[in-house]
Amino acid sequence: MNYFFQILTVIMINSILAVSLNLITGYTGQLSLGHATFMSLGAYAATLLTLKLGFPFLASLILGAVVAAFFGFIIGVPTLRLKGDYLAIATLGFGEITKNILLNLEITGGPMGLRGIPKVTNIYIATITLFLVIFSLNRIMNSRVGKSFIAIREDELAAEAMGINTTKYKILAFTIGAFYAGLAGGLYAFLFRYINPKDFGFMKSIEILCMVVLGGMGNTYGAVLGAFIITILPELLRVVSPVIAQYRMVLYGLLLVVMMIVRPQGIISGSSILDKIKPKKLLEKGGQ
Amino acid sequence: MFFEQLLNGLTLGSTYSLIALGYTMVYGILELINFAHSEIYMIGAFLGLIMVTVYKLPFPLALLITMAGSCLLGITIEKVAYKPLRKSTRIAPLISAIGVSIFLQNAVLMLAGPQARSFPAGINITTLNLGPFRISSLQLLILLVSIILMIGLHFLIQKTKLGQAMRATAQDKEAAQLMGIKIDQVISFTFAIGSALAMLGGLILGLVEMLGAVYMSRYKDAIAFAVLIFILLLKPTGLLGRRVQEKV
Repeated sequence: MNYFFQILTVIMINSILAVSLNLITGYTGQLSLGHATFMSLGAYAATLLTLKLGFPFLASLILGAVVAAFFGFIIGVPTLRLKGDYLAIATLGFGEITKNILLNLEITGGPMGLRGIPKVTNIYIATITLFLVIFSLNRIMNSRVGKSFIAIREDELAAEAMGINTTKYKILAFTIGAFYAGLAGGLYAFLFRYINPKDFGFMKSIEILCMVVLGGMGNTYGAVLGAFIITILPELLRVVSPVIAQYRMVLYGLLLVVMMIVRPQGIISGSSILDKIKPKKLLEKGGQ
Repeated sequence: MFFEQLLNGLTLGSTYSLIALGYTMVYGILELINFAHSEIYMIGAFLGLIMVTVYKLPFPLALLITMAGSCLLGITIEKVAYKPLRKSTRIAPLISAIGVSIFLQNAVLMLAGPQARSFPAGINITTLNLGPFRISSLQLLILLVSIILMIGLHFLIQKTKLGQAMRATAQDKEAAQLMGIKIDQVISFTFAIGSALAMLGGLILGLVEMLGAVYMSRYKDAIAFAVLIFILLLKPTGLLGRRVQEKV
């Protein structure tokens, strides 16, 4: 039963990560390949605050998220001038730089990581945090700010022509996303009681991105569903058959390819108004 | 010492540039960050190793067979994982590429095991003395092969009919198709060449690593990426990339 709750807690944490990346990539349309960076910053900041300065859990968690948000802002200001693939590569680069620095600093324990973190996170705390994140995110998305995010995704030039300060809103999306990811990182640290820079590498960023795309870009509940599937799949394989479990990474890769070919828009596709009225789409239908 | 380091860097750099050349060809034609490219060069290195150690083939023959194998692998990956997604959003083929990458990496890991293999020297290495400088025959060979391949590739893309078709496909697939270019074939061909280059790079990299690693700063990855980001900030389309005007 403990194992079961542990998996559920991990699903909640991964859901927060997926939801936060969905804000950046799904809603605002900025492809980030370094989302685990913000998770690691949140995790390390929260852990260090507790271990070195003796902060209580809640204060560490929130301050950790603030630190992540701050770095999201710092990284966002220069990189968000870039577009598309160049932005993706720059975010990837920042992720690697952060990992490299965490691996070499004295205070972060280098490649040994940090251990001896008290176990505080449980299923209730993780679930409540996820609900708070989704609730606040829904409020944001229903506001003027949220509409601006979507406008930027649909057409950056048109959004700019409508008087939206695209740079400001892109940085805002990045900062909010980093804040949520920092929260998830803090929860992660206080769940596993041990953090290591390698836990937050490129593969973790990719894993989060896969959750978002699998569930359906631009849909918060899709992101949660994606997080659920990606987290539980390897565990299920382990339970069903230990033989198959050996091949789980091979199967994981295959699944991503098959998933994209069968349903490239994800399980729950995010609704885009423009999809329905794009002339190209109409032409395609008319041609058939 | 400085000259030797410079030469080491140059050799390693020209090897990587072969891999990057294959990469940029694929990117140019499909605008896809091909995450599976590194797996092609990894498999290229493994194929070469098997040819040389298990089948005891002479080095040049092993090279040819490995090249053919990599071409086939590249074409297969494109047909299976990217072609069905040519009309969808940009992120779908990206995820598909990551999927292929994870799949190949772990499949080879299962088959070959996690331990590192060393490459047997297929060529006798001698050291040449050029006045005050020393250069090993292997380094000289690698540099020569890289330069010849780069010139050949430039010729292929700029002067031949196929190169013209490739450039046209990269510019506008639909228009190219209207002009009678069989873009499926052109894309397959691009993947074949790109994969062959990657494989060659991988194989040479196997040889170069044999020369021994050089001491570098603990922060070498961070520095490399910091330079990359810095350059991107100054020139958002890369060092030699042209700025494309956005049109509505």
